[in-house]
Amino acid sequence: MRVNTDSTYFIDYDAWMTAPNIDVAALARLARLEVSDEEMRKLEKEIPAILHFVETIQKANTGKEANAPALRNVMRADENPHESGKYTEKLLEAALARDGDRIAVKQVISRKK
Amino acid sequence: MNLETLTIAEARRALDAKEYSALDLTDAYLDAIAKKDGEIHAYLEVWADSAREEAKAADKMIAAGKSQPLTGIPLAVKDNILLDGRIASSASKILENYRASYDATVIKKIKEQGVVFLGRTNMDEFALGSSTENSAFGPTKNPHDTSRVPGGTSGGPTAAVAAGMALGALGSDTGGSIRQPSGFCGVVGLKPTYGAVSRFGLMAAASSLDQIGTIGKTTLDAKVLFEAIRGYDANDSTSLPDSSIYGTKEARRVIGVPRAFLKAGMEKDVLAQFERTLESLKNDGYSIVDIELPSLDYALAVYYIINPAEVSTNLARYDGVRYGLSAPADTISDVYAKSRAQGFGPETRRRILVGTFVLSAGYADAYYRKARAVRELIRSDFRRVFESVDAIALPISPVAPWKFGDKADPVAMYAADIFTVPVNLAGVPAISVPSGTVERDGKQLPVGFQLIASHGGEETLFSIGEDVERSAS
Repeated sequence: MRVNTDSTYFIDYDAWMTAPNIDVAALARLARLEVSDEEMRKLEKEIPAILHFVETIQKANTGKEANAPALRNVMRADENPHESGKYTEKLLEAALARDGDRIAVKQVISRKK
Repeated sequence: MNLETLTIAEARRALDAKEYSALDLTDAYLDAIAKKDGEIHAYLEVWADSAREEAKAADKMIAAGKSQPLTGIPLAVKDNILLDGRIASSASKILENYRASYDATVIKKIKEQGVVFLGRTNMDEFALGSSTENSAFGPTKNPHDTSRVPGGTSGGPTAAVAAGMALGALGSDTGGSIRQPSGFCGVVGLKPTYGAVSRFGLMAAASSLDQIGTIGKTTLDAKVLFEAIRGYDANDSTSLPDSSIYGTKEARRVIGVPRAFLKAGMEKDVLAQFERTLESLKNDGYSIVDIELPSLDYALAVYYIINPAEVSTNLARYDGVRYGLSAPADTISDVYAKSRAQGFGPETRRRILVGTFVLSAGYADAYYRKARAVRELIRSDFRRVFESVDAIALPISPVAPWKFGDKADPVAMYAADIFTVPVNLAGVPAISVPSGTVERDGKQLPVGFQLIASHGGEETLFSIGEDVERSAS
């Protein structure tokens, strides 16, 4: 990315050579996101442009730091459980469909037709 | 009472002196919202009835001599923080009718003090953006010039405070989402140390970057709110034990400026205003020294890999099954795909797709893991610099608030976050304090001055912030 001095930012699309070919339709399937044809045409320009924008990190010289994140999760002790069923009704109220004390969903596994 | 200038500190004094009641104060704010918010659109929902009830309860506390710092203080809440029984939508269609089933820890804490909740305020959908233009319910306008953005993602809360429609507010800051709109709206915004304030009940955007923080008209107001919400919480897996970072440290009054980093496309008068503030701090007896943070050149790139990676993971929970919008379809996979397509806005979809890419097998090493490694370089740069300075000064934004639609290209919008994202990557605290104005089209627009301290250095930020305020007034 080049940044000019009068505060507008632009991408030099011609200089972009390194980003891989991106199959946006495959990404959308992985992300469980339906995308219209019209939006797909737009995304096929935008997603590579965004990935080009972040390309500069490849130049950073990282050594031992790799894979040593400073943050880690600390779980609380699993103690003093609340009374069973205390929140059931409240959580089920938010669900779209219920079947007794369960959330009802469409069939997950089906036989081949 | 003049709501344009009233502070939490002054309202506290007046309420305790019985010059007016919490109900009078709340009614005044509800009137101001009714008058002004049609134009500004800071609020997504105003809770007038319950606000009056909360004000009456606060008046009883005050009459009984049980007043606390926030008793009877009318506040606004960003739409991604949960209040039991209230709609919390993250300004998204997918949660348009979702009612929270519990209180966030920060809400629980301030409820105990007897605050008044005026309503929930606008934001960029799921805290993704820099202008509040990504709200599914229409943008918030900047109170200083309604043709311009208030900044984002906490544009609703900051505009509400700036326009005298709330005394203070709670927001969240993932890459500048409290500081940048505070700068654009001319109020004070604090992003605390990562882990200092519980994230329990904050809708997760990018969990390793998200932090709840405070917005007020003055540094003192932001501080009072912070003191009310901070503290260890067993329900947040990255909450810091209270004793771990808050030691007493001798302040040397040394402020570092990463000169090389300021080149990055700043508007001339915004930079000049930043220099003027540094000059006034120098006159106040601070030493201003040049520092080097070489890895900051990578901060935007690292941020725009880690943020979408975590966003795509966190937003996988919105699937049209347990809560939120659900599109009817024949198969479960179509329910997922259609609900998410109908429920998420364009920027949210972009982040999910970019995040899916940088985490995918074959690319995760070159993108996500590489970004995580460079993030550690940024953290260690900050650590090294804080051995010799008390605080780092940076502008909040390279540019003044822009006109609606001016940054329609997503990458142009991302680039404007250059001075705020390094703070979240390092997990350090930072504050935005108003410091002068620049003129655009004959209107005076606020400029924010950013101070950054080391982990647990909030007190340093408050004390320098008050000096900036004094010199600006």
